[in-house]
Amino acid sequence: MSEKKKMRATIPEEEYMFPGTVDCQGCGAAYAMRLALKALGPKTMVVIPACCWSIIAGPFPTSALKMPIYHTAFETAAAVASGVKAGLSIREKEATVLAWAGDGGTFDIGVQSLSAAAERNEDFIYVCYDNEAYMNTGIQRSSATPWGAWTTTTPRKHPKDRPKKNMMEIMAAHRIPYAASATVGHPEDFVRKLKKAREIRGTRFFHVLATCPTGWRSPPELMLEVPRLAVETCVFPLYEIDNGVYSISKKPKEKLPVTEYLKVQGRFRHLTDQQIQYIQEHVDETWELLLKKEKLGRLF
Amino acid sequence: MKEKGWKECLWGGLIVDAGNSVLYKTGDWRSQRPIRDEQKCTDCLQCWIMCPDAAIKVKDGKIVGIDYDYCKGCGICCKVCPFDAIEMKEEGEK
Ligand SMILES: Cc1ncc(C[n+]2csc(CCOP(=O)(O)OP(=O)(O)O)c2C)c(N)n1
Ligand code: SF4
Ligand code: SF4
Ligand code: SF4
Ligand SMILES: [Mg+2]
Repeated sequence: MSEKKKMRATIPEEEYMFPGTVDCQGCGAAYAMRLALKALGPKTMVVIPACCWSIIAGPFPTSALKMPIYHTAFETAAAVASGVKAGLSIREKEATVLAWAGDGGTFDIGVQSLSAAAERNEDFIYVCYDNEAYMNTGIQRSSATPWGAWTTTTPRKHPKDRPKKNMMEIMAAHRIPYAASATVGHPEDFVRKLKKAREIRGTRFFHVLATCPTGWRSPPELMLEVPRLAVETCVFPLYEIDNGVYSISKKPKEKLPVTEYLKVQGRFRHLTDQQIQYIQEHVDETWELLLKKEKLGRLF
Repeated sequence: MKEKGWKECLWGGLIVDAGNSVLYKTGDWRSQRPIRDEQKCTDCLQCWIMCPDAAIKVKDGKIVGIDYDYCKGCGICCKVCPFDAIEMKEEGEK
């Protein structure tokens, strides 16, 4: 209960996202925005490339956010956010620019403009809400889809045979001031990190695991539960890279076996014990590596 | 909701009414309805924090109701309520 009481105090009351949005029941991506805007406040401008959020924000002519939204082409979130910030600077106006893209728009097609902007250390917050596939166009695999998962382009007989790309490491390699992972199952942690990022200048990157009941074949009411299991099993560790220093935000008291996370989602239903063992080994290795990095202190 | 013709739309596809998504009532999608028991509810606000559709109405730190115009019936509020104060009922059920 004490944790729950604390949460109420840290989630700002003001709403900046209106209902009437057309996301599926229990959509983590929609919930992530509701939280993000609460954390960042009214002086925020949002840039959205093609993704589920293009439609969640409102089919034309409707808009679900109190702030200005710039809808843009799939591969351009970071380039457009750079331009919006430059425009604001010229007019001497202060606002947080928030680029908000899916995993396809970040890990795949948008990675060029994001890398270029991060190298220039453009002054914006980039949030990748990761639902681990191209959901808006019908659940096609992306480079964020985890090994072994079902999607419509990686059917059960040929599930994904490559590991998930490590986007946090790619962003860290640009030596940006701040990068953090978060999930929709940990609202208070996500809000805390966003508030912290808002006060930093330069490129700030968020990797947010966002439950997609439609694509993950998980019950909508488990929207918060599924990513919590991802953290408790170390499948998706919560951590920050703050000026080159790694710090893990939540270490599970008792690391759960990966099956606890996999079994609540239909997209992993076909996996054999051997395949699950392979996933477990990969998760263990990645987690050990992260623990080591945290011990090393400042890395860049 | 009345659709606009292209002549009535602004240049560049601009939308100037921020928040006009409320014109679309997603409550029609619901197959299950959350019912809150006021006796059991302690106003801990967990359901309000976690509803993805901002469909739980709060005033002065207290729950004042569920907005059935927008609630999609996802069942999250029922799942997260620490006091079992929300029950999901099939739509149409008495
Ligand atoms: C250049 C280009 N190619 C393809 C598309 C079609 N398209 C629109 S959204 C989308 C998938 C987006 O996936 P992701 O970024 O993961 O976001 P999600 O839909 O999962 O929220 C695709 C392929 C497009 N709009 N532009
Ligand atoms: S497909 Fe997934 S991400 Fe897209 S609106 Fe539905 S639940 Fe949300
Ligand atoms: S059922 Fe879902 S949409 Fe409806 S009030 Fe509960 S959490 Fe919100
Ligand atoms: S979570 Fe339950 S007890 Fe808490 S405010 Fe909602 S209905 Fe009331
Ligand atoms: Mg996606």
